[in-house]
Amino acid sequence: MARRAQPVGRYAGGATALGLVALTLGTLGAVAWRAGSAGGLTGGLGPADWAALRFTLLQAGLSAALSVALAVPVARALARRWFFGRRALIALMGAPFILPVIVAVLGLLAVFGRGGILNAGLAALGLAPLSIYGLHGVILGNVFFNLPLAVRLILQGWLSIPAERFRLAAALGFAPAEIARQIERPMLREIVPGAALAIFLICLTSFAIALTLGGGPRATTIELAIYQAFRFDFDLGHAATLAALQFAISGAAMLLALRLTLPQASAAGLDRPVERWDAASPWLRAQDAVLTTLAALFLLTPLALIVTQGLPTLLTLPGIVWTSALNSLVVALASAGLATAAALALALAITGPRPALYEAAGMLPLATSPLVLGTGLFLILNPVVDPSRLALAVTALSNAAVALPFGLRALVPALREVEASHGRLADALGMQGLARLRLLILPRLRRPLGFSMGLAAALSMGDLGVVTLFAPPEGGTLPLQLYRLMGAYRMNDAAGAALLLLILSFALFWIFDRGGRADAEA
Amino acid sequence: MKLPMLAAGLLALVLGSAAQAEEKPVLTVYTYDSFASKWGPGPEVKTAFEKTCGCTLKFVTAGDGAALLSRIRLEGKRTKADVVIGLDTSLTAAAHKTGLFAAHASLPKLDMPVKWTDPTFVPFDWGWFAFVYDKTKVKNVPHSFEELAKSNLKVVIEDPRSSTPGLGLLLWVKKVYGDKAGAMWKSLAHNIVTVTPGWDQAYGMFLKGEADMVLSYTTSPAYHINVEHDDSKGAALFDKGNYMEVEVAGKIAGTKHPKLANAFMHFITTEAFQKLIPTTNWMYPVIKLSTPLPKGFDEYRPKISLLYPSAEVPKIKDKALAEWRDALSQ
Repeated sequence: MARRAQPVGRYAGGATALGLVALTLGTLGAVAWRAGSAGGLTGGLGPADWAALRFTLLQAGLSAALSVALAVPVARALARRWFFGRRALIALMGAPFILPVIVAVLGLLAVFGRGGILNAGLAALGLAPLSIYGLHGVILGNVFFNLPLAVRLILQGWLSIPAERFRLAAALGFAPAEIARQIERPMLREIVPGAALAIFLICLTSFAIALTLGGGPRATTIELAIYQAFRFDFDLGHAATLAALQFAISGAAMLLALRLTLPQASAAGLDRPVERWDAASPWLRAQDAVLTTLAALFLLTPLALIVTQGLPTLLTLPGIVWTSALNSLVVALASAGLATAAALALALAITGPRPALYEAAGMLPLATSPLVLGTGLFLILNPVVDPSRLALAVTALSNAAVALPFGLRALVPALREVEASHGRLADALGMQGLARLRLLILPRLRRPLGFSMGLAAALSMGDLGVVTLFAPPEGGTLPLQLYRLMGAYRMNDAAGAALLLLILSFALFWIFDRGGRADAEA
Repeated sequence: MKLPMLAAGLLALVLGSAAQAEEKPVLTVYTYDSFASKWGPGPEVKTAFEKTCGCTLKFVTAGDGAALLSRIRLEGKRTKADVVIGLDTSLTAAAHKTGLFAAHASLPKLDMPVKWTDPTFVPFDWGWFAFVYDKTKVKNVPHSFEELAKSNLKVVIEDPRSSTPGLGLLLWVKKVYGDKAGAMWKSLAHNIVTVTPGWDQAYGMFLKGEADMVLSYTTSPAYHINVEHDDSKGAALFDKGNYMEVEVAGKIAGTKHPKLANAFMHFITTEAFQKLIPTTNWMYPVIKLSTPLPKGFDEYRPKISLLYPSAEVPKIKDKALAEWRDALSQ
């Protein structure tokens, strides 16, 4: 929408975009270059790779579509209802997204697994057990992980609609269907493609959920094929080819999402509390209540089980777990600050000229194979400096890169809204550069900025990331310590560490996000 | 606030290690993560070796054995490692091919079910892979893959592409069934609940009751007996034998501290090192210890030990993987 030149945003945004390109394509280049010098790029893709590609596209596509399709009614229900504990519920429902994969999978299995409470319930009723393993299990796992993200992004969209529009709609006597067509659908056309794209890319580069819940090698994703190329075959050329393929798919998905996105032509609002006269019918009330309850049950039951399983050992965890938790906190805060500053710079650039380039740069980290990123960074840094000395700094940097796209998804629509509503007035006042940022933009972006900080901090807490390639044995991070406990048979302590991780991640998210600031009255 | 904190931390690290470097030579030992962790043998190995070597022992870690080898290959001749500890017999052929490792000195009398002839790598522990089960739930313990395939027992296994035990199972089935390995995997498909990326997920799922059995080690029950005082786990011994894993160490030929590296390589097969192995790595020591092994170690000893000569592993693993994938992808 806004076409005004903003030098502050442009330079910082350009630098951020370049940094992201270096971190993603640059590390891939380093791996490919190393492969070339170590005996040639053995490029070709075998039948197993094509099978992995087909499965990856299938599970990522279905997971993204389903997550978003379920998220729209849930977000709408949360956007137009006020009830006791709504803030806490919104925040809690975001928690699955910030869990480390291994913890989330064990939590899901406690509910849906062979020995889970669902099958215990079915057995009590004399019904045959359900198996979670298979494509449906993979989708279930991905939706569990990504539904929270989709709900939050879409909810942000709903909450950014100025109250005046609903007021006007009510004055004009709009029915819910007309409100949906005139107000809500344009908002969704702006937000949903980006949210779906983000989820598609997350599922594209994951492998642990797909493999564990997929039930066997037919659930092989490209990321697992990259893993195999690295450690089973040590074929860096093949790994680089597969990683490039991942980028190509991501590029195609981004183009598609950009084509589907319709920035909305918005009018100004006065930041009044939203009141929804249209949603008062008992039928709609019941519908929203049922949807909210179901979503909460689906997302919160596994979390509750993680809590109950971790409680017995939480307070008796060995000291080193607490030290590594401290390391993780430092990394998380650094990475949150970095991710949010970079996301803001990029968002400012995206609302300026040639947005597509910046949009693409902002999505690159999601398309990156963590293994290739880590290996590439290692190859680049190793000749210069001892990698274990940089373990925490490198972890903070790569975690920031990984979290940036999510912050961006929240910031861009909000920034467009700000520019559309207040940009002309600011222009007329000659408010440019830093003054515009400080007086106009930052105060109105508090909500998405908080979300971005919280999400980046929490994601960084739970991410194993590149630290395994760089970690010194003593320090390490909390997720690394969790894996070490599991590797040493200490599953009960690991459950306690998982709970500690959950608590810290969630606390970080809560503090920054302040319950989503979802209450418009606040 | 956080940036100065981070910078201060980094500075302290740099200064700290610089101060150490002036005093004593540093022997750099690359190993896998769980070896050097608080619960592995690493910390006590460090203390014991530093008592006599007049040096500082520094561990540098990679995720697991295969990641360790990848790291050595990535670094090539520029590696800072003096010694690498934590590769296993499925990796030694590839490790040998890098040309980075030097031959070992003469070894003491080893106590292992197989004769050790590798001129480069020194074994530091060994064990057998086995399906571990809950005695209270599994009454008819299978004694072969055929019996397992005929039963309705559900197992969790690890992926050979991303996990050491997974690769061990792949080689195990191949060793016993040769050309018929693919058919055996097909008949086992209905037993396999799922395939996990690593041992930790598989074992965690087993303990949570997701499966009747899990692919682990014959020594897994010993952990539960000795640490948790829980005698409910058992390991299935198969009539045609269980596949072995032998973990090894090797000296980097280009080491700047050849004397220290030799001393450490010698230290590995002494009692001071070996007595730490059973209750930290939960594997068998490679020499006869003066003290008896922990409870559970003698209970589950297969009669037949299976192991491919390490030079054969690279030739067969691709074919074995293709058979595995085809059989389980249907």
